Amino acid sequence: METVIGLEVHAQLLTRSKMFCGCPTTFGAPPNSQTCPVCQGMPGVLPVVNRRAVELGIRAALAFDCRVNAACRFARKHYYYPDMPKNYQITQYEEPLAEDGHLEIEVDGASRTIGIQRLHLEEDVGKLLHEGTLETAQASLVDYNRSGVPLMETVSRPDLRSAEEAAAYLKAFRAVLVFLGVSNGNMEEGSLRCDANVSLRPRGSRELGTKVEIKNMNSFRSVKQALEFEVRRQAEALAAGERIVQETRLWDADRGYTRAMRSKEYAHDYRYFPEPDLVPLTIDRAWIEEIRAGLPELPRQRRARFVTQYGLPPYDAEILTQSRALAEYFEAAVREFPQPKVVSNWVMSELLRELGADDEQAIRSSPVTPARLAGLLVLIEDGTISGKIAKEVFEKMRRGGEDARAIVGREGLTQVADEAALGRVIDQVLARSPRAIEDYKRGKTAAAKALVGQVMKATGGKANPGIVNRLLEEKLSKI
Amino acid sequence: MTGTPIHELTEAYRRSESTPTAATEAFLARIARLDGELGAYLTVTREQALRAAADADARYRAGKPLGPLDGAPLVYKDVLCTRGVTTTCGSRMLEGFVPPYDATVIARLTAAGAVMLGKGNMDEFAMGSSTEHSAFKPTRNPWDLTRVPGGSSGGPAAAVAAGLAAGGLGTDTGGSIRQPAAFCGVVGLKPTYGRVSRYGLVAFGSSLDHIGPFARDVTDAALLLRAIAGADPRDATCLTAPVPDYAAALAPGVQGLRLGLPDEYFIEGMDAEVERTVRTAVDVLRGLGATVERISLPATPHALATYYVIAPAEASSNLARYDGVKYGLRVAGAKDLVEMSSRTRAVGFGAEVKRRIMLGTYVLSSGYYEAYYGRAQKVRTLVRRDFDAAFGRVDLIVAPMTPNVAFKHGEKEDPLSMYLNDVFAVPADMTGLPAISVPCGFSAEGLPIGLQFIGKALDEASVLRAAYAYEQATPWRARRPSPA
Ligand SMILES: [Zn+2]
Repeated sequence: METVIGLEVHAQLLTRSKMFCGCPTTFGAPPNSQTCPVCQGMPGVLPVVNRRAVELGIRAALAFDCRVNAACRFARKHYYYPDMPKNYQITQYEEPLAEDGHLEIEVDGASRTIGIQRLHLEEDVGKLLHEGTLETAQASLVDYNRSGVPLMETVSRPDLRSAEEAAAYLKAFRAVLVFLGVSNGNMEEGSLRCDANVSLRPRGSRELGTKVEIKNMNSFRSVKQALEFEVRRQAEALAAGERIVQETRLWDADRGYTRAMRSKEYAHDYRYFPEPDLVPLTIDRAWIEEIRAGLPELPRQRRARFVTQYGLPPYDAEILTQSRALAEYFEAAVREFPQPKVVSNWVMSELLRELGADDEQAIRSSPVTPARLAGLLVLIEDGTISGKIAKEVFEKMRRGGEDARAIVGREGLTQVADEAALGRVIDQVLARSPRAIEDYKRGKTAAAKALVGQVMKATGGKANPGIVNRLLEEKLSKI
Repeated sequence: MTGTPIHELTEAYRRSESTPTAATEAFLARIARLDGELGAYLTVTREQALRAAADADARYRAGKPLGPLDGAPLVYKDVLCTRGVTTTCGSRMLEGFVPPYDATVIARLTAAGAVMLGKGNMDEFAMGSSTEHSAFKPTRNPWDLTRVPGGSSGGPAAAVAAGLAAGGLGTDTGGSIRQPAAFCGVVGLKPTYGRVSRYGLVAFGSSLDHIGPFARDVTDAALLLRAIAGADPRDATCLTAPVPDYAAALAPGVQGLRLGLPDEYFIEGMDAEVERTVRTAVDVLRGLGATVERISLPATPHALATYYVIAPAEASSNLARYDGVKYGLRVAGAKDLVEMSSRTRAVGFGAEVKRRIMLGTYVLSSGYYEAYYGRAQKVRTLVRRDFDAAFGRVDLIVAPMTPNVAFKHGEKEDPLSMYLNDVFAVPADMTGLPAISVPCGFSAEGLPIGLQFIGKALDEASVLRAAYAYEQATPWRARRPSPA
């Protein structure tokens, strides 16, 4: 059997204010502190479209090579639920912002193109807080801070063929949004949410099997596990001669299975109709072109360029392009220290030791600025400090926000490169190591390494290892 | 003082012959004396009115009034949100609901110095043509207390007619300003859709809802419109066209104006007295130098039916928010959410509102949408095309406002015959074109009759000019009811 998966992804747009009112979108504020009559659905209020949200939607649409429609329209989607103050959601239905795009994904080194059917804008709903569990609560409270927060819904074509591909799609999708500054992509805070349609069909068949909608997958892991589970469940059911029921199932991450929602929970006639409070949105070509001109290089393009321009291995390029902030950090450092692979190594091993590759904020505000990293690498390059000491200096830079030269100077971390001084230390070490000298004479080269180690130890790690090696060899050959 | 139009009242303030406080007190006294019987007000904001009047007094004393509406005592239909003042929409559902904000029109009139006397009665959620569907009380027609004032803005219309306010604001979704204006013998103006911000108007049919003035005369209507019209960043459907000084452009008259008289507005079953009166009024206009030609608006017969698809559809959506969760009524004792909402809605909404919610829910439901809502929108386009074609030949359309005069309370039990009352009013709502009702005479029983002018989009100036010319040439505005 062949697996067929399509994903619907909701991403919160990175606007300062909500989709249809001026309230802030900040996460984690006290309940109902970021609301106004409009997002509380008071009688008499009217929505006004947030132009910035439209702009971000167009940005994403262009990145996915979608066709941005010259005119789009908002519609009302009706269902009763207390987290939705108007009991309808303003969304887009027949006339979405953009259609027909695609996204490249890579699985096991092979790349595939996944179609994007449509991209539209809508408002988020509020949040219910129950006293206890939903089933036993005596009272429930509503927090409308989220109500009216701008969302972008993107529906993929059913082009995904495995749970792994679905997870790869979501990752690639998220990377693009984060990179473009369209969304922060934070799944924990619910800024990125994903539903899937899953069906199986005989290999080679062009018809789609009965699809099951999977909801409540709140992490990349959940997406992969839930879809793997669902594919297995359907395969087993079909193998046993059962029929698949078209339904919505919820992923239970704790128990590791999907369960069917009661049909009551989702059987709606949404009674869509064009939102009469908003005029159709006309999007002129000039605005689209202006947005296109302002688009940064996409992760995929940038990754390829990192390989060709800097000669980096694809692995490095992949990591360095996880976010715009990281890619910019890398390039800024390379401008000052033009040894890309060295910079890459330091970024990947040291900078990312405590930061996520996609933590834009932390990367931008790291005390180890690209210039400071370059400064540190210069000190290694000119032999002022050893690589080992450099790692310590990096740590100090991370904590203190000084540049490398200042730290090295203050703490006397400069490598000992004075041959006379080193010569004296080597003489002392040799004087108390007759055994090692004998071993060396008998051809045990490891003995030389031990002697180098002792010299380094005696200098507190500050000896220039190259000079120590050469001097030691000279002295040993004379003994 | 309670019988004079606003422009004369504020002129008297300027000449120190009266003060806003004196006028406000006179209106409040008259409300106290007469409104028990008339039922025009749902809320009287006495203290607030006197405070606002005192502020206006000070401005006149300082020689710095805010403009021609400073100190004008007004009534606002209870569908317009007023910060800190109960706004019920004539419904149990919003009994005691106090909005935290002012509708844009209210804020603008307040800024112009207007004094709010109170909130006017209305058919529940503006659904009705008689103000009998208010959940709280019916309003009576000041010309004959056994008759309805029209609706849904019956409260403000009756208040202005009876001298319980100098002017006011109503809303018109399917004739709800102009029909009660005709029934009560006052001027009622429905501006172009988008000319006046709807922000703070509790929605009934969003694509059809209009806010407009009730006035003693056309000059006041022009002054009130100018104060409330114009772009509003809170209403995306509001137009940005500049607002002319309507009152200054009233004078030129109708000499050379081309008026169209639509055949479809003289229908079978229409009151012969109304038809005769309207035709006489058209002769007056001809006498004033206008040319009158017969025109045809063939889609008119379908407009009303179409209206009763679109308005309920939008209403079913707009009224979904009243579920007992956030504001207004919540029926206690429900065991779960669904029961809470459904019982709240069962108790909170009256029969007419429920009828329209059901109708609207049906026409939007999957499988019926195209047959009803989709088709209704197409007919709406046809209605609009009729008017576009007519306005290629004429400057204004003149027509009767209603097929009959004010009917008796309880006379129209059957919803369809009630709906028919708005047959001449609805096309202007469907097309969004500006239209006015101006008194044009009385029936043998002494009931007012309204003459309607419909203009091109954003051409309120011509509508007002024609109405003004007619008004100045006829004696009707001098006749006032004596409900006491
Ligand atoms: Zn808000």
